[in-house]
Amino acid sequence: MTSRHQIRLGADIGGTFTDIALDVGGTLYSTKVLTNYAAPEQAILDGIEIVVRDAGIAPGDIDIVIHGTTLATNALIERRGARTALVTTEGFRDVLEMRTENRFEQYDLSLVLPKPLIPREDRFTVKGRMDAQGCELQPLDEAALEAIAETIATGSFGAIAIGFIHSYMNPAHEKRAREILSRKLSIPISISSEVSPQMREFERFNTVCANAYVRPQMADYLSRLQVRLKEMGAQCPVFMIHSGGGLISVETAAEFPVRLVESGPAGGAIFAADIARRFDLNRVVSYDMGGTTAKVCLIENFEPQTARTFEVARTYRFCKGSGMPISIPVIEMIEIGAGGGSIAWVDAMGRIQAGPESAASEPGPACYQRGGARPAITDADLVLGKLDADNFAGGKIKLSVDNARAAIARDVGGKLSLEPQAAAFGIVEVVDENMANAARVHAVEHGKNISDNTMIAFGGAAPLHAARLCEKLGVDRCLIPRGAGVGSAIGFLKAPFGYEALTSKIMRLSKFDAASINTMLDQLKATAEGFVRAGTDGAITREVTAFMRYAGQGWEIPVPMPDRAFVDADKTAIEKAFKERYAQFFGRAVEGPEVEFVTWSVKTQDIRPEGEKVALDAGGQPASGHAMRMVFDPASGKELETAIVPRDTLPAGARIAGPAVIVERETSTVVTSPFDAVIQADGTILLVRKGL
Amino acid sequence: MGDINEIRMQVMWNRLISVVEEQALTLLRTAFSTSVREAGDLSAGVYNAKGEMLAQAVTGTPGHVNTMAEAVLHFIAEIPREEMYPGDTYVTNDPWKGTGHLHDITMVSPSFKGDRLIGFFACTAHVVDVGGRGFGADGKSVYEEGIQIPIMKFAERGVVNKDLLKILRVNVREPDQVIGDFFSLAACNDVGHRRLIEMLNEVGYEDLDTLGDFILSRTHAATMERIAGLPKGSWSNEMLTDGYDEPIKLAAKVTIADDGVNVDFSGTAAVSRWGINVPLIYTKAYACYALKCVVAPDIPNNAASLAVFSVSSPTNILNAEHPAPVSVRHVIGHIVPDLVLGALAQALPGKILAEGAAALWNVHISVRPVAGTPGRRAEVLMFNSGGMGARPDLDGLSSTAFPSGVHTMPIEATEHTGPIVIWRKELRPDSGGDGKYRGGLGQVIEIAPAEGHEFDFSAMFDRITTPARGRAGGGDGAPGSARLDDGTRLRPKGWQHVPAGRRLMLELPGGGGFGDPAERSREARAEDLSKGYVTGKRS
Repeated sequence: MTSRHQIRLGADIGGTFTDIALDVGGTLYSTKVLTNYAAPEQAILDGIEIVVRDAGIAPGDIDIVIHGTTLATNALIERRGARTALVTTEGFRDVLEMRTENRFEQYDLSLVLPKPLIPREDRFTVKGRMDAQGCELQPLDEAALEAIAETIATGSFGAIAIGFIHSYMNPAHEKRAREILSRKLSIPISISSEVSPQMREFERFNTVCANAYVRPQMADYLSRLQVRLKEMGAQCPVFMIHSGGGLISVETAAEFPVRLVESGPAGGAIFAADIARRFDLNRVVSYDMGGTTAKVCLIENFEPQTARTFEVARTYRFCKGSGMPISIPVIEMIEIGAGGGSIAWVDAMGRIQAGPESAASEPGPACYQRGGARPAITDADLVLGKLDADNFAGGKIKLSVDNARAAIARDVGGKLSLEPQAAAFGIVEVVDENMANAARVHAVEHGKNISDNTMIAFGGAAPLHAARLCEKLGVDRCLIPRGAGVGSAIGFLKAPFGYEALTSKIMRLSKFDAASINTMLDQLKATAEGFVRAGTDGAITREVTAFMRYAGQGWEIPVPMPDRAFVDADKTAIEKAFKERYAQFFGRAVEGPEVEFVTWSVKTQDIRPEGEKVALDAGGQPASGHAMRMVFDPASGKELETAIVPRDTLPAGARIAGPAVIVERETSTVVTSPFDAVIQADGTILLVRKGL
Repeated sequence: MGDINEIRMQVMWNRLISVVEEQALTLLRTAFSTSVREAGDLSAGVYNAKGEMLAQAVTGTPGHVNTMAEAVLHFIAEIPREEMYPGDTYVTNDPWKGTGHLHDITMVSPSFKGDRLIGFFACTAHVVDVGGRGFGADGKSVYEEGIQIPIMKFAERGVVNKDLLKILRVNVREPDQVIGDFFSLAACNDVGHRRLIEMLNEVGYEDLDTLGDFILSRTHAATMERIAGLPKGSWSNEMLTDGYDEPIKLAAKVTIADDGVNVDFSGTAAVSRWGINVPLIYTKAYACYALKCVVAPDIPNNAASLAVFSVSSPTNILNAEHPAPVSVRHVIGHIVPDLVLGALAQALPGKILAEGAAALWNVHISVRPVAGTPGRRAEVLMFNSGGMGARPDLDGLSSTAFPSGVHTMPIEATEHTGPIVIWRKELRPDSGGDGKYRGGLGQVIEIAPAEGHEFDFSAMFDRITTPARGRAGGGDGAPGSARLDDGTRLRPKGWQHVPAGRRLMLELPGGGGFGDPAERSREARAEDLSKGYVTGKRS
């Protein structure tokens, strides 16, 4: 693999910035350019021009481009997709609209639910029904489908989604319906048994609709990007990073664009996993904080946690349940509305709140002096002395402490009779606490204790908050790698060619039928490998996982399975493996109930070369003689004399005693009083709790 | 430093809420009963040493949350302090001391820091079976409704009471699942306790007193401020509900005074012979919920925000005493908010939503093979919701649970639990009451036994003879109906039969409209037609 692709380019289109990272034989060049909403590919081309110039190469020298983007996510959030027709089972026209029949906020009687992605008039039903075992209860009404095709042909539809009840058990009706419709219509058709073959109709139908909805737009964009790259001389293949953190071909991405949702943050998790491997850290929590949101992901044995469903486009204060569910394999993370641009305010109870509303890049926080008048987290960080007003973004943006103080005084301090500094402390404490709570609950959902982990922090705002977050979480060590500002794009370069194929198959362990499991696994293996072989002909690995539970429960746990053909006698060993995993998650196995399988997954990826290992150095030689400034220290609750240290001047092995601020071009690392910082051999900063 | 302390307190308050959220999540992850794990029928909370609720999980439903707020006091009254030890867990399903019916198991665990009792954790969940007649309205007294567990120790110093487990195992239909749920309830309190101690150690507090005082005094002040903004006086409301075999009158008088709000239920019908009676603790839970939605929706729920609301009632169907049957207490309990809101609407004209479907339409199905044919038996529980009433400036939400906080279950998951086929689960056009703002739509459900099977089901339906009334000139929502596909009418409550080859046809009620229908905008009417919410066929 690496021998084929010596010069690799990663491009991450985010909400504010498009990040470019170029790896030329191990040397890294990177840049940030503003995201171009009208022509997203233009920002990538602009960024490529900068990094190839810096590296002294030509676009034609690039061997591979790896790309991730929030465009699919944004199209869903902003509802800018194609008019899409949903064809579904008779009796179930309103699955998308009825949701879970729940109010995600209990006390708000003026609650507004998110509108279904496909409005009712565009949802068509047809007779034909499978039962829960996948047997046909009622044949597909083909004549009715012909009539539906005519109706769709007369509307201004750009895409079709097909979602039938129990199609994850038997896709025959969905495939036949696609055949009939495609005879009369030339628009792309997505079927739920291919996009997301998982049980639970609301999630699966929503996923196939989301796929169909963004498909025309993403297909256009991807083909434009390829044309423009060729025009600039970059003839190399382009691969996309998907939500699960692996790479897929542009062709696959154009067919299944829903798999690109949250691909940028997935790249960040891969970046952190690579650092974890380099330092040989088995238990890591990654913390990525940008302008609008913060993302936290658990990484165990160098692998980010994954999930099979998540929620995008939350419409109500990032409240769980207020978005749309997407059932695809993803790197699982918790995302909350806490970024440098998050706005601070005071609620009816006189409590300080932060986010999720963001000042974004325009008008930006008050201190940017671009017309923003409301206080953002960055304003509070500035007032507390954590940022150097004259050296922000390498001096590109001059920050106004006066503007920040005035905004905080007006919107927060004045309402609570707090001095601006105390108010700023309150704002930062609230946002740090929100992140800490989200991280803690996220860890619990995985049966983990967050304080057992080492943190890896990246993204523009994370190094400012990481030490305090560690104090709150009881985390003793935190790494801040080089290139933290463009972490996701660097992560793309580390991503394997990988794909996870899933299918639901409910089966009691007592009815374990090795032959039918083997047939199903063979299909999954063929699917997963098909995707991976599009990108590599090298050696690949394969992981088989069964998602299991006690019959009667609703929450499955992943149980690793051997990658070989099963025989019926494997039952006993499987039961034992399940019970051990269960006890690991929830304390003790339950005696009595039967065990069952719910879903199987096959994950394949190519084998990546081992990176260079770096031994973690928690000692170091004390370095001193730095400039001092007063900075507010949260643990002691007051301003302390604090060393201000440029990161570039620090040699490997230097130890800086907290409180200190280590400054660099894109961000600052705040070392709070309970921590010291030790510079590692590769330039990574280690924050380590004093006395450890 | 006073400022800084203030901020620290605010932050710890948030932390306490996240501690109980974690407690609730543990329960969701490990629970067996579908009503907990798929539908969220649970609650979790933390209390100070006096038994006052300081915080509750956002996850949960009002019938549990607000009853549990008081339940802890009963535990403290019955278990002497000197008999409480670290590692203890207490349990009951007493409808009058817990959450209103035997199916809900409440567990309370003392929280010790060292050897000092600093507070309690409590949680509640609905288990799949408690023996007796099963989940339904047919019992003549609570003795027929299942096993009764008085307040007692589930575990002492971490050692589980094996005698209790043995008795349970022979008294319930699904012993593995029920006992599994007992363990998951106890485990979730343990998680809460561990997190609380970690938090107190981190901030250097020895107990919950300082933080508890801060939470309760802040909440009290904020809630009283809201009460001060309300008009003072008394307003009454009456309504009819379906009942078991005859309509039942409910009456309420809401009195807003300077120091709080009282709801009195005098004038309500007498205790029923059937299991639709409501213990006062459950009536109060939903009355408080309705008041809080209007008076202080954004103020966190705790002992202080609940303390300003009180209820009173002579013995009647809303204050049924032991040993009245109460299994299906939620149906009339869910209608209490509409009753209270109807009185509040007179105090606050133009600000209160119209009546809605209110009660969940729960169906408990007991399916079996037709005699002589192969097949399987199963117990299947579904939660379904009709339409919510129109709001003063918004249409009502369609097929959405209110006041309950639960979810429905995916039909694909339901069909895996037993041999039934759900042929339809879809919005019900023309069911929302007309008005400037339209009531939410109900839904249509068709359920058949799978080939070669038949089933009995327990009906827990309302608003079939008594539709949701509109407000401020808005029209009534469509009433519900329950029948077989051959036209046979079915009763709203009680166990009934669906033979092989037939379908159970349910039409869930719609919500009432708000405001004069003549004022509904042309755009809204056009959208109703284009989306088929209204067919134009109804006269």
